[in-house]
Amino acid sequence: MTVTAIGAAVRRKEDHRFITGKGQYTDDINRPGQTHAYFLRSPHAHANLKKIDLSKAKAMPGVVAIYTGDDVAADKIGGLICGWMIHSKDGTPMRAGPHPILAQGKVRYVGDHVAVVIAETLSQAKDAAEAIVVDYDVLPAVVEAGKAQAKGAPQVHTEAPANTVYDWHIGDKAATEAAFKAAKHVTKLDIVNNRLVPNAMEPRAAIGEYDAGNDALTLHTTSQNPHVARLVLSAFIGIAPEHKLRVIAPDVGGGFGSKIFIYAEETVCVWAARKCGRPVKWTADRTEEFLCVAHGRDHVTRAELAIDADGKITGLRAKTIANMGAYLSTFASSVPTYLYATLLSGQYAIPNIYCEVDAVYTNTAPVDAYRGAGRPEATFVVERLVETAAREIGMDPAAFRRRNFITKFPHQTPVIMTYDCGDYKASLTKAMEMADVKGFGKRRREAARRGKLRGLGYSTYIEACGIAPSQAVGSLGAGVGLWESAEVRVNPVGTVEILTGSHSHGQGHETTFAQLVSSRLGISIDNVSIVHGDTDKVQFGMGTYGSRSGAVGMSAISKALDKIEAKAKKVAAHVLEAAEADIDFKDGKFTVKGTDKAVDFGTVALNAYIAHKFNPQELEPGLKEGSFYDPTNFTFPAGCHICEIEVDQETGVARIVKWTAVDDFGNVINPMIVEGQVHGGIAQGVGQALLEGTVYTADGQLVTASYMDYAMPRAHDLPSFEVGMTVTPCPSNPLGIKGCGEAGAIAAPAAVINALTDALGTEDVPMPATPLALWSIIAKQSKAAIAAE
Amino acid sequence: MYPFKYQKAATVRGAVSLLKKAEEPKLLAGGHTLLPTMKQRLASPKTLIDLSAAGLSGIEQKGRSIVIGAMTTHAEVANSPVVQQAIPALAKLAGHIGDPQVRHRGTIGGSVANNDPAADYPAALMALGAVVHTSKRKIPAEEFFAGMFSTALDEDEIITKVAFPIPSKAAYVKFPNPASRYAIVGVFVAKKGSNVRVAVTGAGSNGVFRHEAMEQALAKRFNPKSLEGIATPAADMNGDIHASADYRAHLVGVIARRAVAAATA
Amino acid sequence: MPTVTLTVNGRSVTADVDSRTLLVQMLRETLHLTGTHVGCDTSQCGACVVHVDGKAVKSCTTLAVQCDGASVVTIEGLAQDGKLHPMQEAFREHHGLQCGFCTPGMIMSAVDIVNRKGIVDEATIREELEGNICRCTGYHNIVRAVEAGAKAMVSGTPVRQAAE
Repeated sequence: MTVTAIGAAVRRKEDHRFITGKGQYTDDINRPGQTHAYFLRSPHAHANLKKIDLSKAKAMPGVVAIYTGDDVAADKIGGLICGWMIHSKDGTPMRAGPHPILAQGKVRYVGDHVAVVIAETLSQAKDAAEAIVVDYDVLPAVVEAGKAQAKGAPQVHTEAPANTVYDWHIGDKAATEAAFKAAKHVTKLDIVNNRLVPNAMEPRAAIGEYDAGNDALTLHTTSQNPHVARLVLSAFIGIAPEHKLRVIAPDVGGGFGSKIFIYAEETVCVWAARKCGRPVKWTADRTEEFLCVAHGRDHVTRAELAIDADGKITGLRAKTIANMGAYLSTFASSVPTYLYATLLSGQYAIPNIYCEVDAVYTNTAPVDAYRGAGRPEATFVVERLVETAAREIGMDPAAFRRRNFITKFPHQTPVIMTYDCGDYKASLTKAMEMADVKGFGKRRREAARRGKLRGLGYSTYIEACGIAPSQAVGSLGAGVGLWESAEVRVNPVGTVEILTGSHSHGQGHETTFAQLVSSRLGISIDNVSIVHGDTDKVQFGMGTYGSRSGAVGMSAISKALDKIEAKAKKVAAHVLEAAEADIDFKDGKFTVKGTDKAVDFGTVALNAYIAHKFNPQELEPGLKEGSFYDPTNFTFPAGCHICEIEVDQETGVARIVKWTAVDDFGNVINPMIVEGQVHGGIAQGVGQALLEGTVYTADGQLVTASYMDYAMPRAHDLPSFEVGMTVTPCPSNPLGIKGCGEAGAIAAPAAVINALTDALGTEDVPMPATPLALWSIIAKQSKAAIAAE
Repeated sequence: MYPFKYQKAATVRGAVSLLKKAEEPKLLAGGHTLLPTMKQRLASPKTLIDLSAAGLSGIEQKGRSIVIGAMTTHAEVANSPVVQQAIPALAKLAGHIGDPQVRHRGTIGGSVANNDPAADYPAALMALGAVVHTSKRKIPAEEFFAGMFSTALDEDEIITKVAFPIPSKAAYVKFPNPASRYAIVGVFVAKKGSNVRVAVTGAGSNGVFRHEAMEQALAKRFNPKSLEGIATPAADMNGDIHASADYRAHLVGVIARRAVAAATA
Repeated sequence: MPTVTLTVNGRSVTADVDSRTLLVQMLRETLHLTGTHVGCDTSQCGACVVHVDGKAVKSCTTLAVQCDGASVVTIEGLAQDGKLHPMQEAFREHHGLQCGFCTPGMIMSAVDIVNRKGIVDEATIREELEGNICRCTGYHNIVRAVEAGAKAMVSGTPVRQAAE
């Protein structure tokens, strides 16, 4: 029996099915009698629906049913919800417009759902959708966050005057203003955090199915959190009570946040399945995904940093306008507030912080959490300010960071968070060594001889994850608790099933979680299976996002394992005929102190079930325990990424020549998987910085609606990454884990832009820093240089 | 996709007769432009005439020309020892169209007939002074390309092969679109005796074009330095989210210099 | 409806299909070989890559009727007699996958690269993966996997040893 230790880079258990084509994603599933749904989507960004004529379409071949917003209203099906209440400065609750699953009277962005056609085949559904005649009264649209609050701007929802969902703030305004008044130097930046499309490679999909015999519904869907989906569909939208609705998220091909949310399409599928009495399947094509998946980021920010004569940061203030899109998605309101502004202290001891955030509606796709969710935006603000400030006051950016790092823990920031541990100097020092920062000057001169501008940029990021202590987030407006659940079922032969509320869509839970069980119970990981993603099998859980599966999900498993161990010791005491207090458990064996009497875990498990050796009044048979783990604090992964980049002066093409990442994730269960998470996160962050721009025309048409126009990072756009780690174990959870899923995406954009601004000698470099953008800067500089001569 | 009738032609003559009598026909070569367009329901031919069995594939050297059958795939051109030896620039161009899977299906005939303003082959045909052979006639590249997505082909005319005169020096350099990987600017330079041609794809608002100012300068001295100071009017350039007209005009100069450098290396 | 006969993973199959049926649809819907995925519809992402007559192609941009008479190998046909292909082994060994959605196409492309080019260096691998998009891995470990898979395919030594 091989035990797999915590910290071993064991290969993934789930891989066999994926590398042999045996994974089962939602679109791979077909149900008997299945129909196909196709959504007629608005071609206009903003329009009143005057009339929808279905008569011709309903007569088309293969059409089973066509539904519109009127049918939804008639069935009293509720709208989609936003589950986090934010209050404005004046204490009033956020102003949210309704979010119907099929448009009712008005469409608010290109792609908004006008009608659903259900037909025998997808082609027939598309044919019929083309035959629907819609009379649109087209209205002017507003697209940019910065223009949404202007006088006379088109109003997206009457409920939100000036398109403002909330104007929220955090921190001490007066104290911060005083700090700025007293500052020796103030650094100011205008920052646009570009809108991104998550682009999990598996497009979203759903199959709704109705069992008339039991009056029960089943929904297969591409979800990161099937229980939350069921809760929302049941309690808020009114599809069916929870015990009559089973939500299954089978293999899911990437999420990055975009599959947390409850969308119109899966809601329609499960509602329509009962209504038309047939299973209803929908799979997005890539362009539908671009149009209607929740986008990420899209902030416009004015940020300032106050510095005293000693090069110490004394204050930070920011005003951010966050684009929410046309509707508030499931967790949209929390992203630019509690997931963003609470991280504006970065790794630095900043005594005064004040941040205002206005969330605005526009005629664009809804915006919600995308890998990092608020924390990349915060890191970008802080790290751009710090890098710029250091340059402005003539200090080395690394030295400036060192001077301002937090060094004593716990540390209370002015923006809610209490950092529990960390060693920011250690990760910076290690990263600088790995990146050979000392040799950079030489490399820069060598590059210049080749006509290349070479730059080096840091990003010493911090994030709050392990989301999240329920009481704390409840006090901040969250509609749910953010604990996690686990159940450990030991079978009579000693194999183990772990039922977890976490959901794996690429993170390797089937391996990492099994490693924990293996190391705790002394059994092979092959004898552990992880069950997740099915509300009929698994107890209620909160799902996977916010780098929480390790810190929260595994902590729940760990706590359940504590209970298993305690009970097993009782059983072992009976088997070994010794006192419970004398039983030790180590390496999968129960022993009696001071004797050579021993029994293995499997035998104890068997005895727990055959129950011959103990009195049922003293001890219940069986070996199965559960736990709900609620974290006591966020976790605070942090680290240092260094990007070295070269820009071709003639074309503006930027090439990353070296990437160094040193992260502190606390204790690590499987370093191979953790490094993989870092790689993927960096790639998405580099994508944001160099490639990925979401472009709407002024009238709200999405220009970047396929891979023909939206530049996804490809293999040759990226270098290999140098990844290192430092470890300060997290004190707030039993495993000392902080979480690693989002770090790369949080750290990377600032590192890239800091490197580019270093290379180009200007702080004004936009994201994405495309060849066009960089060439435009270089061309402007050379014009200015010529003019100056 | 809308429904269509699929027909496989066994000969060019058979294909031509199908073209004449079938309802709303389209020729299917590699299908790598046509099928995505049909999937998006932006094209709706009633008949697809598959040319894969019409005997149009193959590469041979005929005198001082390389003759490539219309249904020859990009991968076959890229890997052909004949092409690599005679016109390495053409092999290299073919080896960088799309991606490896696209190159296994996409054909020279399909690419040339489609005349996408960002496609690579049109630049090669123009710069090398290629001749397009059809079921009816031979058309010099100059006369063949008639602006974006438009050619001199009649409705019942099929490209059978393309003949490329072998240059003394040639190179193609592409600046790809970061998303689609099509050319934002692609410049093919070719020198044959004292004759120099510079053809630019991706950039022009009316498809592939020859850069006469550059040709004249290079005819005097075939060196990247000869191109310094030669401007390309931005007014004639395409502009989109990836590259403004000004940027394209600038890139034409940069990429042309690099192409000449590669041709003289 | 046209009749299409294919040899898929060594087995002959015949089906009547609508002429507009894409190869990927015939594989997934008619033959229930769901390992081949659809990720983008514009022939860029490569989740749908299979081998047709020994060459990697995008099955979302190929009609089933175009392949009549052809031999098709999908991800399901790569392992032989229950033994994983060295490239499959290499992807597992080097953690070249996370969510697994792009993986079948990625592996089929990787095998094709080695079939055409033999042992390849990092720069060549990155260039040759032009037609395959992965959102999870940042490609770092995919490159390691293809390097190791290539060595194992060419030398015949198992991936674990080749990797060491």
